[in-house]
Amino acid sequence: MFRQIEGSAAVAETVARCRPEVVCAYPISPQTHIVEGLSDLVRAGRLEPCEYVTVESEFAALSVCIGASAAGARAYTATASQGLLYMAEALYNASGLGLPIVMTVANRAIGAPINIWNDHSDTMSQRDCGWIQLYAETNQEAADLHVQAFRIAERLSLPVMVCMDGFILTHAYERIDVPTKAQVDAFLPSFEPRQVLDPADPVTIGAMVGPEAFTEVRYLAHAKQLQALDLIPQVAAEFADAFGRSSGGLVRGYKAENAETVVVALGSVLGTIEDTVDELREEGVSIGALAIKSFRPFPLEEVRAALGAAKRVVVLEKALAVGIGGIVSANVRMALSGIQLHGYTAIAGLGGRPITKKSLRALFTDAVADRLPPLSFLDMDWKRVEAELQRMGEGGRSGPHAENVLREAGIVAARSH
Amino acid sequence: MSGNGKPYAITLDVGSSLANHTGSWRTERAVYVDRLPPCNDACPAGENIQAWLYEAEEGDGGYERAWRKLVEDNPFPAIMGRVCYHPCESACNRAQLDEAVGIHSVERFLGDEAIERGWRIELEAEPSGKRVLVVGAGPSGLSAAYHLTRLGHSVTIYEAGAMAGGMMRFGIPQYRLPRDVLDAEVRRILDLGIDLELEHKVESAEEAMREGGFDAVFLAVGAHIGRRAYVPAGEAERILDAVSLLESMEGAEPPRLGRRVAVYGGGDTAMDVARTARRLGATDAVVVYRRTRDRMPAHEFEVEEAAQEGVMMKWLSTVKRFEGGKLLLERMELDETGFPQPTGEVEELEADSLVLALGQEADLALLEGVSGIEVADGVVQVGPNMMTGHAGIFAGGDMVPAERTVTVGVGHGKKAARNIDAWLRGEAYEPAAKHRLADFDSLNTWYYADAPRAEQPRLEVARRASSFEEVVGGLDEDNALYEARRCLSCGNCFSCDNCYGVCPDNAVIKLGAPGERYEIDLDYCKGCGLCVAECPCGAIEMVPEEV
Amino acid sequence: MAEQRVKLYQAGTFVVGNRLLEPDERTVQARMDRSNSLTSGHRACQGCGEALGARYALDAAMRATDGKLIAANATGCLEVFSTPFPESSWQLPWIHSLFGNAPAVASGVAAALRAKGREDIRVIGQGGDGGTVDIGFGCLSGMFERGDDVLFVCYDNEAYMNTGVQRSGATPPAARTANTKPIDGHPGNAFGQGKDMPRIAMAHRIPYVATATVADLRDLECKVERAMELRGPRYLHLFVPCPLGWGAQACDTIKIARLVRETGLFPVFEAEDGEVTTVAKIRRQVPVEEYLRPQRRYAHLFGEHGHPEIVARLQAMADENIRRYDLLPNDGCNALATHEGVKTLHPAGDGAL
Repeated sequence: MFRQIEGSAAVAETVARCRPEVVCAYPISPQTHIVEGLSDLVRAGRLEPCEYVTVESEFAALSVCIGASAAGARAYTATASQGLLYMAEALYNASGLGLPIVMTVANRAIGAPINIWNDHSDTMSQRDCGWIQLYAETNQEAADLHVQAFRIAERLSLPVMVCMDGFILTHAYERIDVPTKAQVDAFLPSFEPRQVLDPADPVTIGAMVGPEAFTEVRYLAHAKQLQALDLIPQVAAEFADAFGRSSGGLVRGYKAENAETVVVALGSVLGTIEDTVDELREEGVSIGALAIKSFRPFPLEEVRAALGAAKRVVVLEKALAVGIGGIVSANVRMALSGIQLHGYTAIAGLGGRPITKKSLRALFTDAVADRLPPLSFLDMDWKRVEAELQRMGEGGRSGPHAENVLREAGIVAARSH
Repeated sequence: MSGNGKPYAITLDVGSSLANHTGSWRTERAVYVDRLPPCNDACPAGENIQAWLYEAEEGDGGYERAWRKLVEDNPFPAIMGRVCYHPCESACNRAQLDEAVGIHSVERFLGDEAIERGWRIELEAEPSGKRVLVVGAGPSGLSAAYHLTRLGHSVTIYEAGAMAGGMMRFGIPQYRLPRDVLDAEVRRILDLGIDLELEHKVESAEEAMREGGFDAVFLAVGAHIGRRAYVPAGEAERILDAVSLLESMEGAEPPRLGRRVAVYGGGDTAMDVARTARRLGATDAVVVYRRTRDRMPAHEFEVEEAAQEGVMMKWLSTVKRFEGGKLLLERMELDETGFPQPTGEVEELEADSLVLALGQEADLALLEGVSGIEVADGVVQVGPNMMTGHAGIFAGGDMVPAERTVTVGVGHGKKAARNIDAWLRGEAYEPAAKHRLADFDSLNTWYYADAPRAEQPRLEVARRASSFEEVVGGLDEDNALYEARRCLSCGNCFSCDNCYGVCPDNAVIKLGAPGERYEIDLDYCKGCGLCVAECPCGAIEMVPEEV
Repeated sequence: MAEQRVKLYQAGTFVVGNRLLEPDERTVQARMDRSNSLTSGHRACQGCGEALGARYALDAAMRATDGKLIAANATGCLEVFSTPFPESSWQLPWIHSLFGNAPAVASGVAAALRAKGREDIRVIGQGGDGGTVDIGFGCLSGMFERGDDVLFVCYDNEAYMNTGVQRSGATPPAARTANTKPIDGHPGNAFGQGKDMPRIAMAHRIPYVATATVADLRDLECKVERAMELRGPRYLHLFVPCPLGWGAQACDTIKIARLVRETGLFPVFEAEDGEVTTVAKIRRQVPVEEYLRPQRRYAHLFGEHGHPEIVARLQAMADENIRRYDLLPNDGCNALATHEGVKTLHPAGDGAL
C-alpha cells in the first residue's frame, strides 16, 4: 500500500513486519527516527512479542543483539557513523560467531571533525568485518532490503547491514509501498537458528581457536559470503515475484550496455547520476551507470561483465581512503583485472556536500573527454586547500586544518594577532 | 569437535574437555591415608576410639554399632567410663583447640545403654577345642577370659575371692563404680559360657594347669597385698592397710574407723580411702603425705573431689608414731633433688585410726618352683607376647611390670588372649603395623564447629559425704551425642565431602555408599594440594610422583 | 550466660557435606548429581580459585533453576582455560562474545527468552574483575539500570590475570602487579584508587547484591540460591584467589580466601534494593599480616626493606570495614556455630549455618 512516509518510518514499519523479537536502540543522528518508530510500534502493541531494549551505547546495542540472536531470537538494531565504529569489535564478533543479525546503517561521515551528514565513510570503514553490506538507492529499496536481509542472514547464518544514506534517504518523505504484514509473513519464514543456547541441548559458543584451525574458520566465513553471491540475486528474484517490484540484487545497470563510459556508484546518488546520464544520452553521449547494491560480498563477476566492454569507468565515491584514494574503485579495479580501460575515481559528497546534476554533468563531460585526473574531488575548493597547505609548509603553530579552512572562508573570526 | 550444523571450531560440544587428561601436569598426587588417632594410640586397652565414636556420632542405631565396635577390644565400657584415667583424653588433639573430647563420658553412656537395653554378644568363632585356665577374676583375668572365649576357646577362671571383679570391686569405692554396673558387665562376660570357680585359690600354677588339663594358663592375680611400713604404735591403735579396708567395704558390715581418720599415702588409693572414711562418718579425714600436692601420684580430679568432700591434706609430713589416739608427724622438706628430708620438727594429730595407703604387692606364691619364671621388683617378667619364661604360662595386670590401672589390666588381658590364641596354634601373634600418628598439625581445625565440652552432672557435695551414691553422673543421650560429635576424627576420613568439594578440577570421585569414601581421579588431578589443605582430619597426603 | 541446649553436627555446615546432616541440608557441591557445570580437563592453573568459584556458583544456580540456565562469559582466564578448541569444559549452554560486553550479551539472552515466553530459563553473566569493573563497567551499569533479569557474577582475583597479571580497577592497594611493581620504593599499587563494585551495584538499587568468597561454600550457595529467587538485575562479587598471580601456593587458595574475610579486608555481606541486609561475621579475627604474608605480591611489605607503615594502613582499612559493616560478633565471643535445624543464612550470619 502506497503511503507518503518518511524513509526512517518506512524502515521502521517494514522491520516491524519482519517480526524481530529483540530490538536494541541507541540513538545517533540520523538513525533516530528508525528506532523511535519501532519504539512506538512496540508500545502500541503492533509489534509483539518484541523486547525493545534501550541500551547504554552502540557497543551494548550490538552486544545485546548478539546475546539475543544466540538465544534464538530474531534481532535488529540500527546505527550510523561513530556508533558503527564504537561497535566495531562486536561487528567482527557477530559475523565470526555467525549470528544473523540485521542492522540498518544510516550512512554518515566519521569524525574528527564531527560531522552528522551523509557519506559512506562509516560502512566503508567496516567493509571487511564479515557482514554482508547492501546499499539502498531509494527509500523503497531501503524498506525492501530489510525484508530480504533477514532472509539472507538467517539462511547463511551471517549478519547483514542495510546501508541507506543518512538524511538524504532517512529524512526524506517519499511515496512508498510499505510491505504488509501478510506479504512479509509469506516471504520470511520464522527464524531457525543453526546453533542456539538452549538448556535442553547445551553447546559452548565462542571458543578460542588457535593457529591450527583459525585459517579454516576464516576461509569458511569467506565461503559463506561467496555463497551469498548466489543467494542475494536469488532472494531478489523471489522478492520481485512476491512483491512485484525490483529491489536488491548484486548490481543494477542503467543504460550501461554498450556504453563507452560507465559511472559506478552506491546509494542514493544514483538517482542524480541517472538523471545526468539521461541528459547526456539525449545529447548523444555513450554513457551509462552501474549501481553496486551488494558491496560485500563484492560481485566481481557481475561488475566485470557490466564494465568489461566499456572504454572508461568513472567510480563516484562518497568515501576517501586517506593516504591512497578510492575504496570502491580499488574493489572495481580488482573486478577489471586484466582489462584495459580508462579508470577514474571521483570523490564526492563527503560530509554531506550536495552532489548536483550540474557538477556531475561537468564531471562526466570531463571524463568522456579524458580530461580527468585519475583521482579527482568533486566541487573541491582548491584555493582554500592551497592556502592551508601553504600555511602548513610555513611550519609553526598553524592550528587544526579545519579551523583554518573555516577561518579563511570567513566562517570563523580571524585570530587577533 | 562440533558436528550437525554447529559452526566449525567456534562452537564446541559440552564436556569435550574430558579428552584433556590434565593429570599429566602434576608432580605430586593426593593419596588417601589412615593415620593413628592419638586417643587410639594412648589407650592401654587398645580401643579403636575414633571408630566407635564415629558410629556413636550417628545416634540411634549408631549407639549399638559403637558399643559393638568398642567391645571388640574392651568388654567393660560402663566400668571404664567411670574408673579409667582416660589417657586418651590427655592425648586428644581437641585439647589444643578447646577441650579434649570427653571420651570416657561417651564410653560410659554406651556401656550404660548396653546394660539397659540388654545388648548381648554373639559368639561367632568355631570352637577350637582348646582349654585355657585364667587365674584371677579381676579386670585382666576377665578381659582375657572374654577375648579367649570370643576367639573360640573354652575358658575356666579360678578366683580366690568370694566374688568376681578384683580391684574393680575391692579397690574402687561404690561412689565411683556402682556395684550393679560392675555386676552387669561381669555377668555379661560370664554368660558367654565361661566357667567361674569362686573361692578357688591356686597354690601352684603348674599343678592347676596339669590337673585341669588346660592347654595354657593366664595368671592375673593382681597385687592386693597392702604394703606395710613399720609405724611404731601402741597395741590399741587401729592401723589398717588401704586394700584390706576397701575390700572389707564389700562385706556385710562396714569397717569402723572412728571420727578422725588419718590416711598415710599420696596415691589414688589414699584418696579413695579418705573419701570412704568421710562417708563412713569420719568428721576428719586427713591425708598425710611426705611430699607436696604437685608430686602426689594421685590424679588431679581425685584430689579435687576429695578436697570438695572435706578431706584435708597434710603435706610434707611422715608418720613417726601412733600412740594414745595421737599421731606424731614429722615435717619434711624437699631437697634440691625433690626428695623429702626430715626437718626434725614434729607435730601431733589426733586420730582414731590410721590407714596405710603405701602401695600394693602381688602374691606370687603360685609361681614358686616353676621353671623359667623370672621375678624382679615383686612382679613377674613377661615378654612382649605376655608369656612368662615358662612356656604356656602367661601373665598380666598388676602382677607384671606396668602402670597399675584397670585399663592397663584389661589391655593385658586382650593382648595375652591373642598371643595365647596364636600360641595354641603354634604360631606367633603379629599385631598389625601401626599407622603414623595423626598429630594436631595435620588437621585443619577451622572446619569443626565451636563446641565446649559437655560436663557431667555431679552430686552436690553435701550429699556426697553422707552416702555412697555415685558422685559423677552420666551424660544423657543428647549430651553424649553432642560430646561424641566433638571428636575431630583425627587421621580418619569421616566423609565430610570437603575434598570432593574443593577440587577445582572436579578430580575427586565420591564413591557414594556410606563409608565408601573417595577416590582421586588420576586422569585429572593436577596435584594442587587443596584437598590435603582442606581435609579437616588430615586423612589425605601429597606424595611425589615418580618423574 | 544461660544454658542453651544445642545440637552439634561435628563439622556443622563448615564442611562441604556432612554425613550427620540430612542430604538436603548439605551443600550442592556435596551431591553426587551436582551439575559440574565446569568439568574436568580445563586448563586452569593448579589451585585456581576462579575455576572453583565458577563451579560453585553455577552448580548452585543450576540446582536453583532446575538446570534451566544460560551463561554469558567475558573474555578472560575463565573463558580461555575452559574453551580452547576443540575442548570445552562447560556442561551448560554458554556463550563467549567479547571482553567488555558480557553483561550486555546476558541482557540480550534474557530479552530473547522474555520475547519467547521462556522466562523459566534464567541467565547468568560472568567475568573477571577486569571485565566487570573496567572494560565491562558501562555495559554492567546499563544492565543494572534497565532492570534486566540477569545475575552477574564477578570473579575477583584483583588483576588482569589472563594477560599476565596487570593492574585492574579492582587491584587492592600495595599489591604488586606487572605494571605496579614496587620498584625504587614504590609501594605497589597506589592507595586511593579502585572501585567498590558491590557498593556501586547497590547504588543502582538493584534487587540483590552480595559478596562472597570461595572459602565459605555454604554462604556462597545460599547467596546464589537467594539471587535466583529474585528477578531483575542481581550482582554477586566473588573473591577468588589466584595462586599464580598472587604468588601463593596452590594449596593455599581456600585458606587465603578465608583469611581475607577474617581480617575484615573483604567484607562479606548481602544487600537488597540498595541497603545492606545481612553480614557474615568474622569468626576468629586475625591481623592483616596473616593474610598478606602467604602472597608474594605483598612480599615487598616485609623483611629488611619492608613497609610496616603500609601494612598499618591496610590494617586501618580492614578496621574501617569492620566498623562500617559491623563484622565482629556482637556478643563479644566467637559464638557457638551450632543451631537446631540448618537454616542456611540468617541475620547473625556466622558463616556456619
